[in-house]
Amino acid sequence: MCAVVLLGGCTRRDDGRELVRFWAMGYEGEVVTQLIPEFERRNPGIRVEVQQLPITAAHEKLLTAFAGDALPDVCAIGNTWVSEFALLDALIPLDPRLAQTPGLQSRDYFAGAWDTGVIGGTVYAVPWYVETRLPFYRQDLLKQAGIARPPQTWDEWKIAMAAIKREVGPDRYAALLPLNEAEPLLNLGIQSPDPLLRDDGRYGNFRSPGFKRALTFYREVFDNKWAPLASNTQIANVWNEFGRGYFSFYVNGPWNIAEFKKRLPPQQQASWMTMPLPGEHGLGASVAGGASFVLFRSSKRQDAAWKLISYLSEPQVQVRFHGLTGNLPPRRAAWATPALANDVYARAFRDQLERARPAPKVPEWERIATEIKLVGEQLANGRVSVDQAAEELDRRADRILEKRRWMLDHQTIKTTTAPAASNKEGG
Amino acid sequence: MKPSTAGWVFAAPALTVIGLFFGLPVLAALALSLTDFDIYALAHIDNLRFVAFDNYINLLNNPLFWRALGNTMYFVVVGVPLSIGVSLGAALLLHSKLGYFKPFFRTAFFAPVVTTVVAVAVIWRYLFHTRYGLVNWVLSWAGIDPIDWLGDPHWAMPSIILFAVWKNFGYNMIIFLAGLQAIPEDLYEAARIDGASHGRQFRYITLPILGPVLLMVSILTLAGYFQLFAEPYVITQGGPLQSTVSVLYLMYEEGFKWWNLGNASAVAFLLFVLMTVATSGLMWIARRKGVE
Repeated sequence: MCAVVLLGGCTRRDDGRELVRFWAMGYEGEVVTQLIPEFERRNPGIRVEVQQLPITAAHEKLLTAFAGDALPDVCAIGNTWVSEFALLDALIPLDPRLAQTPGLQSRDYFAGAWDTGVIGGTVYAVPWYVETRLPFYRQDLLKQAGIARPPQTWDEWKIAMAAIKREVGPDRYAALLPLNEAEPLLNLGIQSPDPLLRDDGRYGNFRSPGFKRALTFYREVFDNKWAPLASNTQIANVWNEFGRGYFSFYVNGPWNIAEFKKRLPPQQQASWMTMPLPGEHGLGASVAGGASFVLFRSSKRQDAAWKLISYLSEPQVQVRFHGLTGNLPPRRAAWATPALANDVYARAFRDQLERARPAPKVPEWERIATEIKLVGEQLANGRVSVDQAAEELDRRADRILEKRRWMLDHQTIKTTTAPAASNKEGG
Repeated sequence: MKPSTAGWVFAAPALTVIGLFFGLPVLAALALSLTDFDIYALAHIDNLRFVAFDNYINLLNNPLFWRALGNTMYFVVVGVPLSIGVSLGAALLLHSKLGYFKPFFRTAFFAPVVTTVVAVAVIWRYLFHTRYGLVNWVLSWAGIDPIDWLGDPHWAMPSIILFAVWKNFGYNMIIFLAGLQAIPEDLYEAARIDGASHGRQFRYITLPILGPVLLMVSILTLAGYFQLFAEPYVITQGGPLQSTVSVLYLMYEEGFKWWNLGNASAVAFLLFVLMTVATSGLMWIARRKGVE
């Protein structure tokens, strides 16, 4: 370890400033570099080194870095990974630092987004940007089909989809729910009053009446041919197809606001809009996704890293970041600025974020979500019935959670309701 | 120094390297496959359990493993003969005296082998596109309705086989070409004087002499095709309906996506056993037929 530090020290330009290593995923990692000079100007003693991770490889790379003791000082990780890294004891609790940082108050954050970083009552992560999914839709096609206002309940949504399908004919569809994503089905499922996992994450709870109703709705959409049996990769260009009216509802995330603005021709810009996700009885919940800042236990420069986190969490900086990327800020204060308050496309997201809920906080969640995607695909293809799909999901989830049950029973990990995790010796 | 000692001394450096970088990891993987090593074990070693053969038993009880095995066998059984047939055909064409622009074609046929899978896979994904793809466009001339090549579970694997054969046949073709060029011309001359047709010349001269080359190519192709991974990973991500999940793809997901290294090692060893059985079978048949 010392040798590595020495080697690193030799190769780096040493200008006497403290170096903070910051990993960020995807496009955000590219753009965030534009916000760093301001931070370095305000903190002359700190230099920030940003490393960009491709989103698809980020999770693997972080785990590998953990195994190899090569984690950075600060990182923005996916919300659903927080529990996993907290359990690995790779993260440090942020409560003491939050108490000393008046500019960073949890009550200004959307509750669902903030909650994703809280594991067993301890704050491990501060949201950077939030995303949740809701339908983008074609106003003109809805109007043509005689639907006056965007549907708010599943029943209204069904009526709208049936009407659009009648209007556009057999070769086009009312909605696109990509089969290679778990999110469309998951967002319907998380609206249910029943939790997705039961007994402190020991078992799957997909046979609950609420989740079954979501499965039924999902199946119905495909049985009626309201949505094509297709994955995102089969649709060469979703934005063009949306423009051509191949489908009218596209359940997807906020990054598509910028894409649609950019990719649809000017004369079509007035035709599309966003709407809150319909629920069973009135507007429904959705999954609170996005990325959150975490501090790694292995870091030797936690104070400087925390300064970076507080800087990037400032409402004005978040608004600038939104302008650069289109990502949505998790703080209500940022939403009050004209840039966001006047954005008609962001309005539905603002509304939806108040209802967003965190996904179950077990390390296995990512894997269970994959099974939801796979079983959802079988259900959509008519290979299994709703009851079979629910049973199969429970069976798969229970198998994945076997180790977790064993550890909870042997108390090698604590439950999520108590402060977390065993102690690993620092490197 | 006894000759045998000298031999060991000379072989020692190579053997050490093989032992260190091949033998040891294999043994470690075998040990790993008897435990349930996962992210929890990574967090704290107390979370590691010795599970004996549970990983193997669970795998054999896992429908997805059998499906992956079925998909891999499908790929091997259809892909290997097809690949060998195409490369032999291409080699014969290039070897034939009637061919023109041989160096050009040799390069063109070999080009797919040296290009990266990912780059060409992206292009093939477009060729196979249901509504805008070249393949369906050509088929539409013959009045054939568009086929959802990559979205229909029945067609996804054939599409991948087609892609893999196109990608790999150049390599075997070069080996066959070398084999063909080593066949003495006077054998054909004698056969022609005796009045043998082209077909008979191929059956009684080319094939028997090419026997050992054919065996080697078969074993190489078989071993390569059992390790199907990159093609489904890039083109279909194992879908639709997991119809293109191969054994190695399953291993990758278990090991590197979910960090269940114990399980992944078990998959690797089962694949190893399978490949050993298949290649040994091939060798046995070849030996009985007197090739080798």
